[in-house]
Amino acid sequence: MKKRFDIVGKPRRRVDGRSKVTGALRYADDLFMPRMLFAKLLRSPHPHAVVQEISIESAKKHPGVHLVLTGQDFPIPFGIMPVSVDEYPLARERVRYVGDPVAAVIAKDEQTAVEALGLIEVSYRMLPPVSSPEEGLENPEPRIHDYGEQGNIHRNQSYEFGNIEESLKKSDLVFEDLFFYEGNTHLPMEQQASLAFVDPEGKLQISSSTQNPHYLHRQLARVLQVAETQIRVVATPNGGAFGGKCDPGGHEFVVCKAALVLGRPVKIGLTREEVFYVHRGRHPVLMKMKTGVTKDGKLTGMHLQTLLDGGGYGSHGPASTFYTGVLTPVTYHYPRFKFEACRVFTNKPACGPKRGHGTPQPRFGQEVQLDKIAEKLGMDPAELRLKNVTKADSLTASWLKVGTTGLAECIEKVVAMSGWKERRGKLGKGRGLGLACSTYMCGAGVAIYWNKMPHSGVQILLDRSGSVIVYCGATEIGQGSDDVLAGLVAEALGVEIGNVRVVTGDTGITPVDLGSYSSRVTIMAGNAALQAAERLRSTIAGVVSETLGTLPDRVVFSQGKVFAADQSGAGMTWVEAVAMAEAALGTLSAVGSYSPPKAPGKYKGAGVGPSPAYSFSACVVETEVDERTGWIHVPKIWIAHDIGRALNPTLARGQVIGGVYMGLGEALMEEQSFRRLPEKLSGALVHRAPSMLDYKSLTALDMPEVEVALIEDPDPNCPYGAKEVGQGPLLPVMPAVANAIYDAVGVRIDEIPITPDKVLRALERQSKRVGPDSFPAVPYPEPTFVLPPWEEGDGEETKRDAKTAVV
Amino acid sequence: MRRSVLQGLTVNGEPAEVSFAPYKTLLEVLREELGLTGTKHGCELGECGACAVLVDGEPRLSCLTLALDCAGRSVETIEGLARGPQLHPLQAAFSDFGGSQCGYCTPGVIMTAKALLDKNPSPTREQIKEATAGNLCRCTGYQQIADAIEDAARQLREEKK
Repeated sequence: MKKRFDIVGKPRRRVDGRSKVTGALRYADDLFMPRMLFAKLLRSPHPHAVVQEISIESAKKHPGVHLVLTGQDFPIPFGIMPVSVDEYPLARERVRYVGDPVAAVIAKDEQTAVEALGLIEVSYRMLPPVSSPEEGLENPEPRIHDYGEQGNIHRNQSYEFGNIEESLKKSDLVFEDLFFYEGNTHLPMEQQASLAFVDPEGKLQISSSTQNPHYLHRQLARVLQVAETQIRVVATPNGGAFGGKCDPGGHEFVVCKAALVLGRPVKIGLTREEVFYVHRGRHPVLMKMKTGVTKDGKLTGMHLQTLLDGGGYGSHGPASTFYTGVLTPVTYHYPRFKFEACRVFTNKPACGPKRGHGTPQPRFGQEVQLDKIAEKLGMDPAELRLKNVTKADSLTASWLKVGTTGLAECIEKVVAMSGWKERRGKLGKGRGLGLACSTYMCGAGVAIYWNKMPHSGVQILLDRSGSVIVYCGATEIGQGSDDVLAGLVAEALGVEIGNVRVVTGDTGITPVDLGSYSSRVTIMAGNAALQAAERLRSTIAGVVSETLGTLPDRVVFSQGKVFAADQSGAGMTWVEAVAMAEAALGTLSAVGSYSPPKAPGKYKGAGVGPSPAYSFSACVVETEVDERTGWIHVPKIWIAHDIGRALNPTLARGQVIGGVYMGLGEALMEEQSFRRLPEKLSGALVHRAPSMLDYKSLTALDMPEVEVALIEDPDPNCPYGAKEVGQGPLLPVMPAVANAIYDAVGVRIDEIPITPDKVLRALERQSKRVGPDSFPAVPYPEPTFVLPPWEEGDGEETKRDAKTAVV
Repeated sequence: MRRSVLQGLTVNGEPAEVSFAPYKTLLEVLREELGLTGTKHGCELGECGACAVLVDGEPRLSCLTLALDCAGRSVETIEGLARGPQLHPLQAAFSDFGGSQCGYCTPGVIMTAKALLDKNPSPTREQIKEATAGNLCRCTGYQQIADAIEDAARQLREEKK
């Protein structure tokens, strides 16, 4: 590894910065083509119904209409996960939420398409809707889907790492708490849009606002029955995504099908209301958390139960369900750990991955419960956490490998920055400080579909002009992945960043990268890019070393120069070196690829949770709470994030502050919630706020100042040591807000969002608490039992009580 | 539907003669008839500010403005902001300070900020936040947007010295 960096670590303008401030960047909806037609979708007004008949004749005859599609045109279902292929581009026999698409009109313009939608007649036979997981558990019939565990249970998971009952029994104190985390949605500024056309060679192309062009590519081939070689998916720069553009969308299949049928370009741009229905956002999760602790504040074990409201389809649900458990023991050492998770289908828009995927909910409960534990033990909450943080290069009870960790340093940093020790409890009436921590993966250890191929591939092509072209399937969703790739390659080759051009997210040109999810791009695409760049460097060094009078491994590439490490001789320019190598060897190109390391756990299900590295964060929130109105004001937030290394500190800080912003919105106001219409109006379950006005999010005026510290301890598994920063910093904010409110006015709001009415209600109650008060009987299965590493486990499933060590 | 012809509209300092159906919004006419796709739509209901442009120097939500109402008016969009090949100080500051991440809200915020700085060359942090409170951004957390506007204001004041 180089000791001195030319580019890495220095704040700079991102490579796509100029195109964004000039309005020149083309998002999917900015694409126009000659003879382009427009698609619109007819969506179900009912949450749960059988589609008996669809009459499209009048719509087809409407002037300007070119095509009307229904579920009959799409016999093959899709689903992002191979185990949950349960969705049709247009619903066939059944609609499962208000907003489920049932038909599509393709017309000369949007106005005409909307008119024709009104001419389609659908006859529905209503079915009783399931509005919550509790209802779903109570009413196994009618089933929303005919697959899953049983009744309306989509997915059940149960794992026990060491005998948890035993360790809780032996604990000095056991804390049992219930928490609820309401769903919320991504709300990207850009609504999903797609443009499909048949290219001049007769192949299908779609340009779409997707985070995962590779997965979309596979799904399109499957659903349309067209060979993958005949389809090209171009991920246009996403105007924000946050997980909301991970799933393929019905609209993407519709425009592709229509383009193939009509031989003309077909575009669709969803309305803001439709984006709320597409959703795939944060699952509402009810949690029960039982934690044991010794008198001196050592955690002894946790038993976590979660119940997820999945909505109408599978989406990423099986993974989401795992994530409500698996990352819980990464921050603190639990000698034993058990989690049971259950996802229930309901008649609401499907939930899926949103920034932090499944982990913010249990993290909220865990970090609020730690605050309660600290209070009971009379300990400083920061001290309690420091006492229990996981150690570097350790294993969790569940066999996750914790590599580098800067969590302790993060805690110490925010404690110092916020004046925690001097100010906590001394701010006066109605003011308080709260602390919380978290962790996140740097990329999921396994792909969404089982395969042994690399997770990311990069090709670099050099030109005798000195320009460097980097091809990678990674998708720029605003997070800065293009900048990461350009910066890493420029650093490795010692060229100006302006010499590098990145071509990304195009299945027709770029090597496969799995997509922009699970905070995987910097690490996986970054490592692949470095491998390719290092191969090129050694190729060139091999050619020029003789001229430079040194050995190939003593050739240095820096600042547009290539020279001997001892700086003897004049060296040569980068352009001269490339020309010399091209003359000697021919056109210069190299590929690199990356596969994550094998995880130590070997039991079935051990594939979810492992990651090449984990980022860590700690956060302190200050609150002012008005006891008369319940109004919560947050004047300041301090956050420290263990990023390994900040490749471009401007972007890294931006991700941290942006994560804090989104977390604070979730903590205080964001809510994807539903209500039932009165029976006489249909009794349908409808979205409370499918608009940006009603769905509350923070504005510039609501946003407090955020003080950021980046903790840099380079991780050996990551490119130049850089860990993720896109998701982690969101996660500690919600529990820190809850803990700060407790510190301010002494009420425990054990659910998210924390709104003024809940604060007022808690103030009035004797318990000084608002939160769930019961957890339903969930038929969790018998757990997969695995012994922790320190109980002589081998990472495989074992028989319970085969060996019970004393904790 | 019969198309209306709008005369006397100035877009980015140049006369624009354009025809369109009378119900079209300024946003639609800019994007679809004039090819100025730098102005974004985010909600079509005046909730998000992504479509903000300047009409006679005032920030306006182009999704709520009928194009026909712009006869005789001067419209400024993000495409007209740069000074030839040079970025306007607001544009430069937004790229340098991380004021733009996914970039989708950026044109609307920059145009809103321009209107602010045209009127008030030395806004306080609070005035900047107030002026941009109608522009939703889901990426930045607004802090780096305010940093960028403060820096651009400083830059513009220097230029005037």
